[in-house]
Amino acid sequence: MRVMAQMGMVMNLDKCIGCHTCSVTCKQAWTNRAGTEYVWFNNVETRPGQGYPRRYEDQEKWQGGWSLNKRGKLVLKAGGRVSKMFGLFASPVQPELKDYYEPWTYDYKTLIDAPLGDDFPVARPKSLITGKDTKITWSANWDDDLGGSPEMGHLDPVIEKLRRESEDTIKLEFEKTFMFYLPRICEHCLNPSCMASCPSGAIYKRVEDGIVLVDQDKCRGWRQCITGCPYKKMYFNHKTGKAEKCTFCYPRIEVGLPTVCSETCVGRLRYLGLFLYDADAVTAAASVTDPQELYDAQMDVLLDPHDPAVIAAARAQGIQDDWIDAAQRSPVYALAKVYKVALPLHPEYRTMPMVWYVPPLSPVVDLLKEQGHDAEDYGNLFGAIDALRIPVEYLAELFTAGDAERVTAVLKKLAAMRSYMRGISMGNDPDDSIPAAVGMSGQDMYEMYRLMAIAKYEERYVIPQAHMEQAHDLEEMGCSLDFDGGPGMQDSPFGEASGKPTPVAVETFNALRDRQTSDTVAGEQSLRGRVNLLNWDGNGTPRGLFPDKRDAPRMSADSPAHREEP
Amino acid sequence: MDILLWGVLPYVMMVVLVGGLIWRYKYDQFGWTTRSSQLYESRLLRIGSPVFHFGLLAVIAGHFFGLVIPMSWTQAVGMSQDFYHFNALFVGGIAGIGTLGGIILLIYRRRTTGPVFMATTRNDKMMYVVLTAAIVFGLWTTLASVFLGEEGHNYRATVSPWFRSLFIFQPDIAAMTNAPFAFHLHTLVGMLLFTIWPFTRLVHAFTAPLHYLFRPYIVYRSRDKGKVAGRAVAEPVRRGWSAVGTRDRDTRNR
Repeated sequence: MRVMAQMGMVMNLDKCIGCHTCSVTCKQAWTNRAGTEYVWFNNVETRPGQGYPRRYEDQEKWQGGWSLNKRGKLVLKAGGRVSKMFGLFASPVQPELKDYYEPWTYDYKTLIDAPLGDDFPVARPKSLITGKDTKITWSANWDDDLGGSPEMGHLDPVIEKLRRESEDTIKLEFEKTFMFYLPRICEHCLNPSCMASCPSGAIYKRVEDGIVLVDQDKCRGWRQCITGCPYKKMYFNHKTGKAEKCTFCYPRIEVGLPTVCSETCVGRLRYLGLFLYDADAVTAAASVTDPQELYDAQMDVLLDPHDPAVIAAARAQGIQDDWIDAAQRSPVYALAKVYKVALPLHPEYRTMPMVWYVPPLSPVVDLLKEQGHDAEDYGNLFGAIDALRIPVEYLAELFTAGDAERVTAVLKKLAAMRSYMRGISMGNDPDDSIPAAVGMSGQDMYEMYRLMAIAKYEERYVIPQAHMEQAHDLEEMGCSLDFDGGPGMQDSPFGEASGKPTPVAVETFNALRDRQTSDTVAGEQSLRGRVNLLNWDGNGTPRGLFPDKRDAPRMSADSPAHREEP
Repeated sequence: MDILLWGVLPYVMMVVLVGGLIWRYKYDQFGWTTRSSQLYESRLLRIGSPVFHFGLLAVIAGHFFGLVIPMSWTQAVGMSQDFYHFNALFVGGIAGIGTLGGIILLIYRRRTTGPVFMATTRNDKMMYVVLTAAIVFGLWTTLASVFLGEEGHNYRATVSPWFRSLFIFQPDIAAMTNAPFAFHLHTLVGMLLFTIWPFTRLVHAFTAPLHYLFRPYIVYRSRDKGKVAGRAVAEPVRRGWSAVGTRDRDTRNR
């Protein structure tokens, strides 16, 4: 047994209102740079829907994840090592920009600068790739809120599969449609296929917390990871020529703060905490024959942090006591393994994903309410869950490789919790037959309710800080100090994309120091002419923030007079 | 002049190539990438790029065969001059034409696909000129030496001995001087190509990921316990910077 710690996330889909705050704050924090315009480390999809990139779940086309070969051995679906080498010169299965979308902005300047005329000036959409006029045809979230469902619904790979397998068709008329939101980040898998696909070995899993990262120095841009990841959460930065991915906000996690997407989540639906798992058991667990047994196999890999044998093994592996304590209090472990209400996304990809989802009960509740039933009564809810085959089967295709019973069991637990707690808050005696109907005690159910419904900040996020003695091994510490050329950052002869990348902390630190110590515009030098609103203190006018004054003579951007404008 | 061209320049080229690669590996690994444009355009790339690269691998193999293996060796195993030439024409010609066709397609794609052209730097353009020139002149020497038949030049008596003599630091300048102009031109452009190599996107060739065939699928980055305290000492830190947790600042063990 090799015990390792893994940061995990659980998202409670019942609470997601699809506001995209997580996506926007994540983009502001991580992918607001040139080359990553089209990249959303976090995105929120409306299901049923095609997702982003379009139809990424169609693995017959995209070849992501793992599959079993004839001898039952785990192999990359896109091909083994040798065939990958032959595909090096032009990756055979590769999403193009049109499969994501062509990012754009608007020509806002025209609104201000247009000469007086009869027509209203219009801000035309401009492609962020070519800079030319563009026609907006698609985006990362085009079919939000079932936009265009009757026309596009059948393009959802999950709907397609369900239709193929069942005789009756899934109706997508608006009235009969169910809908929910699915926020997605990198799964930080235990058995990541992106990592296995990387010819350079640049993608690695951190021993300390299991976060999967790309070494930007080692990445050579062969793009095999993008094919390898079945969730298509690997992205190619087309300016630097390197792969980038969700970082699980490691600089925040290391100091005990939740990720940006979790911190800013309006619905407070995200949970962060530790799993302890047996690293030696991962490959065998990912290789079980029946895809529907992958969930159980994944459960077996997760270790009970209260088990003395596990604690002893964890200590032997150098896991500190405060981390073991955090693992014992972990909300993600509780939701995934103790209460068994959180399910992994697409376990059939065999990557052992570590971002879990509590499937939504709300489509069922809404339907009952519309039909005039008491939607809080567990009898009604249980009946409805059994009767409503389509939502359950759809959810099963997402979370249990098609095992509808497992999803039904989770939904019934959620329904029972609803019913049980309503009884209590109405002042009735707790009806312990309700939790018993789903195999739980009243006490367990109350604790689950506290975690899921009250969801206090400190109960949602149990993040042990990285140890100082480990600090040298963690990215921020490691590279911020041996960073060549120092934080001053001269431009390299090969352009901005070359040279060592500026560590996040260094850039922020410098901007902060500039802001606090300088009398002029802060961050002008350290940000190399880019405008970062976070570092603008209202002091002066950074280049590029405002349009040129009309009566002032046009000056080149580099002219010193322009820069020193008060 | 000949001494400069065939006695000095090759060594200058080698120094720049090796020194440049070491320098770039040390200081610009972040810029060390293929800078793929497949995200913008995939259809033409998927034809042009493999044709070019596989052609190029064959061309490199051909150069090795022609330059490194002495003529006496191939004759010793009973390979006639005619057979050698037939091979050179057939394999070398096909490889050369494939490489040329591939790069023409790639350049066409680069020029006509908007986003790809916009992502092309001046450095790239210069590199393409030199690379294409090297391929064109190389193909010319191959075809010329074969189609001229008996009158054709036997480079294995001139260029190859000179090439091998470079490695023992006794350059056989006279042999190279005797080669015709086409070979001189191809060699010079080739040397230019290798000189600019470390400073262009061509560097990606030197990190061909052959170790992928042997490494484990899952990569963990483990902390090395012995290194924890000594890392800042083991790695030179910039003057004036002291790391957090290094000996002078670390008070935990005092």
